[in-house]
Amino acid sequence: MTASTSPRIELNGITKIYPAVVANDDVSLAAMPGEIHAVLGENGAGKSTLMKIIYGVVRPDAGEIRWEGRPVTIASPLQARQLGIGMVFQHFSLFDTLSVVENVALALPGRPPLGELSQRIEAVSRKYGLPIDPRRLVHSLSVGERQRVEIVRCLLLDPRLLIMDEPTSVLTPQAVRGLFDTLRLLASEGCTILYISHKLDEIKALCTNATVLRDGRVTGRCDPRVETESSMARLMIGRDLPQTRHGEPSSGDARLVLDRLALPSSASFGVPLQDISLTVHAGEIVGIAGISGNGQQELLAAVSGEQPIPDAQRIVLCGTPAGTLDADARRALGLCFVPEERLGRGAVPQMSLSENGLLTAHRKGFIRSGLIRFGRVRQFADRCIAEYGVKCGGPEAEARSLSGGNLQKFIVGREIMQQPKVLVVAQPTWGVDVGAAAFIRQRIIDLRNEGVAVLVLSEELDELFEICDRIAVIAQGRLSPAQAARDTSVEEIGLRMSGMWPRAGAIAPPGTAEAADALSA
Amino acid sequence: MRYRLEARAQPSALMGWLSPVLAALLTVATGFVLFSALGKDPLLAFYTFFVHPVRDLNGLAELLQKASPLMIVAVGLACGYRANVWNIGAEGQLILGAICAGGVALWFHESESPLVLPLMLLAGAAGGMLWAAIPALLRTRFNTNEILVSLMLVYVAGLLLSWLVHEPWKDPDGFNFPQSRMFSDSALYPILIEGTRLNAGFLVSLVAVAVGYILLNRSFVGYQMRVGGLADAAARYAGFNSRRMVWLGMLLGGGAAGIAGMGEVAGPIGQLQPLVSPGYGFAAIIVAFVGRLHAFGVLLASLLMSLLYLGGEAAQMGLGLPSAITGLFQGLLLFFLLGSDVFINYRLRAVRPPLAPARPSGAAKAAKSGKSAQATA
Repeated sequence: MTASTSPRIELNGITKIYPAVVANDDVSLAAMPGEIHAVLGENGAGKSTLMKIIYGVVRPDAGEIRWEGRPVTIASPLQARQLGIGMVFQHFSLFDTLSVVENVALALPGRPPLGELSQRIEAVSRKYGLPIDPRRLVHSLSVGERQRVEIVRCLLLDPRLLIMDEPTSVLTPQAVRGLFDTLRLLASEGCTILYISHKLDEIKALCTNATVLRDGRVTGRCDPRVETESSMARLMIGRDLPQTRHGEPSSGDARLVLDRLALPSSASFGVPLQDISLTVHAGEIVGIAGISGNGQQELLAAVSGEQPIPDAQRIVLCGTPAGTLDADARRALGLCFVPEERLGRGAVPQMSLSENGLLTAHRKGFIRSGLIRFGRVRQFADRCIAEYGVKCGGPEAEARSLSGGNLQKFIVGREIMQQPKVLVVAQPTWGVDVGAAAFIRQRIIDLRNEGVAVLVLSEELDELFEICDRIAVIAQGRLSPAQAARDTSVEEIGLRMSGMWPRAGAIAPPGTAEAADALSA
Repeated sequence: MRYRLEARAQPSALMGWLSPVLAALLTVATGFVLFSALGKDPLLAFYTFFVHPVRDLNGLAELLQKASPLMIVAVGLACGYRANVWNIGAEGQLILGAICAGGVALWFHESESPLVLPLMLLAGAAGGMLWAAIPALLRTRFNTNEILVSLMLVYVAGLLLSWLVHEPWKDPDGFNFPQSRMFSDSALYPILIEGTRLNAGFLVSLVAVAVGYILLNRSFVGYQMRVGGLADAAARYAGFNSRRMVWLGMLLGGGAAGIAGMGEVAGPIGQLQPLVSPGYGFAAIIVAFVGRLHAFGVLLASLLMSLLYLGGEAAQMGLGLPSAITGLFQGLLLFFLLGSDVFINYRLRAVRPPLAPARPSGAAKAAKSGKSAQATA
């Protein structure tokens, strides 16, 4: 057999069983040299486990891996790299306090001289359109630039198979196009690319072949170029993609007002908030877009009251200055909040769902003379489970026993059932399957139609455009003015995500990481 | 055949309850080995240690009497531990409780009022709380470590008591012994069972267990403390005040320890001495964990710990073993408990000797399997 006819990588009957779940069940896949092969599936479908098996991080319980026609055992990432397999993880593994070249050197065998390595990095980054300065410290890089470091680090090892795990979740739309150009160039040189994603439009634009996973099993193989997004969605989720219904916007009184909110950063590498002004009215959904790490965490903590601020006037909630109030006091004013971390923040992992209902909904008559009324608490959890279709072992099931999507449904349900005046939601559908995501979005829209003021922070632009009446962008701790969603475009919002929007004073400070991102895109 | 620890998908509720029982059994088993190694007949030693002390009514009364301070201190500590507030200085808080209650008893030593005893109870609780307030204040203000501060204050409390009984509060008719005058009857707990030393302090401890149960398992405050202990970010998200939780956790532990200290001087001791506790404040930490930080669990664990105290004394007298035997058994119990607790979250799984990591599935691929073995060889 010659290299051109045998697959670069072939998986046969790969099975991996964890104590609670079958992550991969008899999965087979083959990718030819020069092929950009999509591994498509919802969160929890087993994509990441499969890739970790190829990269030698996880060992399969059964099944065979063939590399360029030969059966191999990949015992460690080191061995995978020696074979010519590179992987760019969803969560980067870089040292913040080291420079780019030092980070790259750490991943290479031996101790390459840094000067020569810098030249190689520059050469590779020029060739593949991944501009990066080897002398910069990693903590000063934007997320997009850090991803480039990871990619360049892989490319220096001349990989014949590159695994990309959800690479676009941290990129602006413009940067996504740049990444795709790089990947196409690599493929044209014969490198095989395994591209993991659940975003159908990206896969359609980039990939020439796809393997679809659902619940750890292969449910289909297709050529994304000839499929439609809905036909691929059917393979992925087993039914049609649900649509959300919108009503006409009906703007009422101002429920949440942020007035020139500023907050110095508390954590190292955190983002200080500067001069943030925003008004959310009753009966509208305002979205905040942005690449993660641009101040979303800090803004959410300030709005929710987890991090009260010194000046009460900077945050006005339903007419009451609320900046100095803690989270509980703000809830008393009618604020409900769905955080992005479910386990450990939105819910206590070791507690039952009923006890987790009590966490924020205790004002619904669950306490009498200091004692908990367990009957009512259980009823509330029961109702939430029924109305929000939470799949679980009942109200006494521990929060950590639920899948991420089901726990999210419970938390969203818990917050909405408290009949808030203002609802703040972060990443409403992160890690949630497509069906549940549509359900959650619909509930948020329903709430708006009932006259609630809703603020949504999301990294998924499509989601924001689907549900929001107005969209603002956060970049480097500053917030752009909110624009009506129908008057703007993904392009424009994408550009603003790089920190560039017209404002009194100036555009984004020159030379900053985000600006560099946009210019290079 | 090798074994390895494998994380359970969910913590085992069964092991949660079984672990203390297992720890107790292992402690006894180790005791057997230990006694044999010391040349004692293990059965006789076992009898002396665990059965002889409780063979009659008097023995049982002693068991409850000694369990009483352990129980109340452990319940108080459990409240704090549930909230991740690590008060290790209950011994010092107990001593302060004894000092404050003793001060009241000495001040009113000629009074026969029935109010003296309740006043001592309040003073004892206040003393323990005062001592616990120091680490609480330092932690909430300056973010100090309450483990270290509360522990070091134990020795300060001991020296304070020592000074009091050597100097200002020394019994004027006491032949210069470092101890206070004996308390009057109005400052002593009434005896519950005639002919034994079991006194009303035991009832106070039972009430404390009941209150502890309601607080921990039924009240919203207890719920807030548990949330704070399990998931800090969730407590902040819900808006539960973490400083308040630290204060509550420390004061509950301190107050309970103070009441226990009062119970010692108003009970079996009847005066202030340089030593008012044989380490109840430290032993109660073990009791709290053996009792799974649950009020009723603490009730049972305190009986076990009390038996270790009595057995230790009996072993000294009956077998001529050193007094360190009590501490040794306490240590064994805690050691085995922590060891057994591993199996709440993990299980032991037998691992077969190394197998080919990538095996084809199904018999149809047997031929490939041969090649695969060659390739890996």
